[in-house]
Amino acid sequence: MDLLEYQGKQLFARHGIPVPTGIPARSVDEAVSAAQEIGYPCVVKAQVKIGGRGKAGGIKIAQNADEAREHASAILGMDIKGFTVHEVWIEGASQIEAEFYVSIIFDRSAKKPLVIFSTKGGMDIEAVAEEDPDAIAKLHVDPLIGFQPYEGRRLAFEGGVDADLVRPVGAFIAKLYETFVSEEAMLVEVNPMIVTPERGVAALDAKVTLDDNALFRHKDNAALRDPSAEDPQEQMAHERGLTYVKLDGDIGILGNGAGLVMSTLDVVAQYGGEPANFLDAGGGSKAEAITSAVEVILSNEKVTAVLFNIFGGITRCDEVANGLVDAFNQIKPDVPFVVRLDGTNDAEGRRILAEANLPNVHAASTMNEAAEKVVQLAKEASA
Amino acid sequence: MSVIVTSETRLCVSGITGSEGTFHTLNNKRYGTNVVSGVTPGKGGQDVEGIPVFNTFARAVDETGANTAMVFVPPPFAADSILEAADAGIKTIIAITEGIPAHDELRVFTQLKRYEGVRLVGPNCPGVLSPGKANVGIIPASFFKEGNVGVVSRSGTLTYQIGNELAQRGFGNSSIVGIGGDPVPGTSFIDVIGLFQDDPETELIVMSGEIGGDAEERAAEYIAEHVTKPVVGYIAGFTAPPGKTMGHAGAIVSGSKGTAVAKAEALEARGVRVGRTPTQVAEIAVEILQG
Repeated sequence: MDLLEYQGKQLFARHGIPVPTGIPARSVDEAVSAAQEIGYPCVVKAQVKIGGRGKAGGIKIAQNADEAREHASAILGMDIKGFTVHEVWIEGASQIEAEFYVSIIFDRSAKKPLVIFSTKGGMDIEAVAEEDPDAIAKLHVDPLIGFQPYEGRRLAFEGGVDADLVRPVGAFIAKLYETFVSEEAMLVEVNPMIVTPERGVAALDAKVTLDDNALFRHKDNAALRDPSAEDPQEQMAHERGLTYVKLDGDIGILGNGAGLVMSTLDVVAQYGGEPANFLDAGGGSKAEAITSAVEVILSNEKVTAVLFNIFGGITRCDEVANGLVDAFNQIKPDVPFVVRLDGTNDAEGRRILAEANLPNVHAASTMNEAAEKVVQLAKEASA
Repeated sequence: MSVIVTSETRLCVSGITGSEGTFHTLNNKRYGTNVVSGVTPGKGGQDVEGIPVFNTFARAVDETGANTAMVFVPPPFAADSILEAADAGIKTIIAITEGIPAHDELRVFTQLKRYEGVRLVGPNCPGVLSPGKANVGIIPASFFKEGNVGVVSRSGTLTYQIGNELAQRGFGNSSIVGIGGDPVPGTSFIDVIGLFQDDPETELIVMSGEIGGDAEERAAEYIAEHVTKPVVGYIAGFTAPPGKTMGHAGAIVSGSKGTAVAKAEALEARGVRVGRTPTQVAEIAVEILQG
């Protein structure tokens, strides 16, 4: 789960990381009263989970209440790379002497947290890495012993900070590491980390990705999930405990097992189709889960045909077939379905479907045949 | 021969008294796996259809000589169970549990490296099947038969799909190893490919990868340097959009990293033939085996 900038900053503040004071606002009036409380100059910042907000006009400085109103009106409701701004963060303007960069990522390849520090902050770190690799200091941390003070010093010295900043930079990174571990993050990034005229450091931005699998032991963080910012189908699927990702196409997909579903999307694309979603009905899919999944798939109005690709292991094909029959009785879909059932109890599953004689349901005996058929049906539907 | 689970396997199941744990333990036993014991804290002294249950792994190992553990407990307790199995001296630990927090996996992985010769397969994996010898996990054994194709995969159902396509063409498997879909798998493609290279029964290796991380790219380098047996690859997730987790916690394209295209290219650049569909993987494998 990705956090908004201000949610990340609030998380940082709980771990003693210096952040500018701010107040979130969801309306223009709330934004103006927040600005009055913070004082001027202040910054009105769009809260969306995507980079490049400044360039898109989503970050503006206000010198007075009129400007705060003007900027909040412009930014709230703005579209930034497909993300609508529902919330702004009003923050006291910081005095900036220098901009640094620091991040901690969950390095899957090394199987250790990786800390990256640079005195070239405020820009895209991948661009810095390409143009000036020496400007970047990095090291892996042993997850069992944790971040040590010498590692902070090493990053600061190798990054080339002024002598008086070695201590504050090291302390900042140590607190960031503590945040990364105790909140169970997959990523924490501060860009820029600023040097103030008082020669202190603070987080002027915050990018935090939390581990979804760990949210069960972080109830406060789990509560930060904002269903209103999610796609309606993804929200519906989430509530029903289904693994669903919305895509741009018109062919609804249901399969069992993440790998098989990904593969099904690919095969449909190879036959010239465009998948509308990823939906993993999961291991041991019961009949009601199938009905629920069909509802989610068909709630996307773009869907013109649906493909069921099941290879039963724990999942039993007869259960899937019964679920599909129930779904047809309840929902009465008006788009064609192609169904491929293989694996545990496949013969029984196919018999159930044949006997039910559902309208516009086509059986396919292989994955490729199923993909080809559904692509053809989707093309006919849109022709 | 075969890898990881064999006729020497003596299995102890953590979470044996849970409904899923019981179901799959008995399935494995019916297949012929030597299931010697189970562990459920507080239920020591009971039995599951004759399989004795112990409170701790230490006792289970002492009294039943277990050398392999299967972990079936829910995510909040799974890391603890894996560490307990290793501490009791078990060398092969197969963790089926899906949804273990990533930081738990990191600590477990780092700690297990301190033990000599301990192998963790998974978590979030379907287990390991060596047809005709032993099945540890949830792989439906009836779709596979004995043979000489070694399969290693990040996905369960995709493995069944590929295995079934091979079986329909008359080919069986030495072992099928599900390494799991999490960000920190205990056993990597490289580990299993190395085992297959050394396994006299395995003549051809199929590796089925997916988006996210760089395990496939690293495997490609390893294959070029160390593997003389033919390897056929498959990658799932060409149509996955960046930044979205595709079911498996580890299946995510981060920015421009971890794409299916990059993985397929890395494999092909090292001489590994990559099938574009599971069917094509089986066709290439058959073509190579029939020489």
